[in-house]
Amino acid sequence: MQFLSYLINGISLGSVYALIALGYTMVYGIAKMLNFAHGDVIMIGSYVIFFAFGSFGLNPILSIVLSMVVCTILGVTLERVAYRPLREAPSLAVLITAIGVSYLLQQVAQLLWTSSPKSFQSVVGLAPISLFNGELTISGETIVTIVACVVIMVGLIWFVNHTPAGHAMLAVSEDRGAAQLMGVNVNATISLTFAIGSALAAVAGALLCSSYPTLQPTTGAMPGIKAFVAAVFGGIGSIPGAFLGGILLGIIENLSKAYISTQLSDAIVFLVLIIVLLVKPTGLLGKKVNVKV
Amino acid sequence: MALLEVSNLGIAFGGLQAVSKVDLSIEKGHLYGLIGPNGAGKTTVFNMLTGVYKPTEGNIVLDGVDITGKSPEFISKAGVARTFQNIRLFNEMSVLDNVKVGLHNQIKYSMWTGILRLPAFRDREHQMNRQAMKLLKIFDLDGEAGLKASQLPYGKQRKLEIARALATNPKLLLLDEPAAGMNPNETEELMQTVRSVRDQFGIAVLLIEHDMNFVMGICEEITVLDYGRVIARGDGKDIRNNPKVIAAYLGGD
Repeated sequence: MQFLSYLINGISLGSVYALIALGYTMVYGIAKMLNFAHGDVIMIGSYVIFFAFGSFGLNPILSIVLSMVVCTILGVTLERVAYRPLREAPSLAVLITAIGVSYLLQQVAQLLWTSSPKSFQSVVGLAPISLFNGELTISGETIVTIVACVVIMVGLIWFVNHTPAGHAMLAVSEDRGAAQLMGVNVNATISLTFAIGSALAAVAGALLCSSYPTLQPTTGAMPGIKAFVAAVFGGIGSIPGAFLGGILLGIIENLSKAYISTQLSDAIVFLVLIIVLLVKPTGLLGKKVNVKV
Repeated sequence: MALLEVSNLGIAFGGLQAVSKVDLSIEKGHLYGLIGPNGAGKTTVFNMLTGVYKPTEGNIVLDGVDITGKSPEFISKAGVARTFQNIRLFNEMSVLDNVKVGLHNQIKYSMWTGILRLPAFRDREHQMNRQAMKLLKIFDLDGEAGLKASQLPYGKQRKLEIARALATNPKLLLLDEPAAGMNPNETEELMQTVRSVRDQFGIAVLLIEHDMNFVMGICEEITVLDYGRVIARGDGKDIRNNPKVIAAYLGGD
């Protein structure tokens, strides 16, 4: 029963990673860049909820919607200002810029809200559920997180496969040049990708901070990096891969915390990444890349 | 005025003048060929016509609109579509979806209609599916609509590229070596297809091709490039007997 509890909590943590990883993987698939500032967008989104819901007592759903709007605007603006001018630049330049943006967001947050941790009030009102005569308790946060992640995944896969904007995303991710020549607006498609990724980051932030209620300017950094690991683990560029990678990573992290060592759990997570990259460099569901010689 | 007027077109990559002083005049409903030895600049001309490269000199006017140096998206919307020398389909997408990517650019409705699945969206979806299937039928691909593009045999992939290009509703279709790698039967069939596309859609077609039977068989006017310049122009018979063309292909002076 103990194991089941660890497993379910792992799935919940993994759902948060999966939501963040979706942002990484979509941006990578479509814009061919790693947006290392993605984790910090989550942090900004969480502060928005902290103030809207925690300080001003706004309705929790409205607070999340507000946070999604703020994150969407932030994500699209970052892309427009920092990344778009580098569209034709070598990928290393874009990567360094993304790291710079990440630090910028963290420092700005520190200036605005200081580095002292804030205690985040959970946005989930659902009462815990007791199963097996109280032997297994699942918190409301856990349930909401898992359900939200599954719903978002299904919605996103439908969106990508059944709408013109989704088709444009798939087309751009396969062959940007050919897509452009078919009249697809590449800049708009990339903006939309950032918008979706950032909105999901806001949701991920709300769920993350509801389960782990300490909020500070570096809150987004570690989950961001782990979600990146999850995206690579699942096969970067693949939406189901991000989901699978996120969930597995959450489970591995939680089980190693429970059975091996709390201190070593992060090390184990990164060890898994190294092993996966050695055995299957494209990740679990990654696409084969055929390079013509 | 002709559908496409190209005057004095040229491009230099650093110090290398790849194409210079190319003039072309293309009328609606006609078939044109662009030939020349390897490296003559044929694909470079296509890349300038479609906005992939920005010309360093000259003008391109399509149907009264100056498209010189405009973005590929703009030019696609203005009415130029193309295929590629080495096939560039969206391999992971279905045959039907490949065509629908081409169709999207003419259909206007907001993202929200799509997300909320409003009736307007559903109508358009049906309309788009019908239109896409109609196009696939012309190329005898309707039976394979659900397959991934990468699962099609080579000849059909070439046809799908043409179908996808036509989906953007072009006034001018550029085909870059459509018969490359095809056997004589497939080539013959492709000639019929290109002719029927011209007749059904009433558009102009400009094609690059090395298969001389193909070019001579369907093109009404052929332009010959060598070292980035036009060295001859005329119908099949003129070109075949032009000493400059013979020299360009066979060497000599």
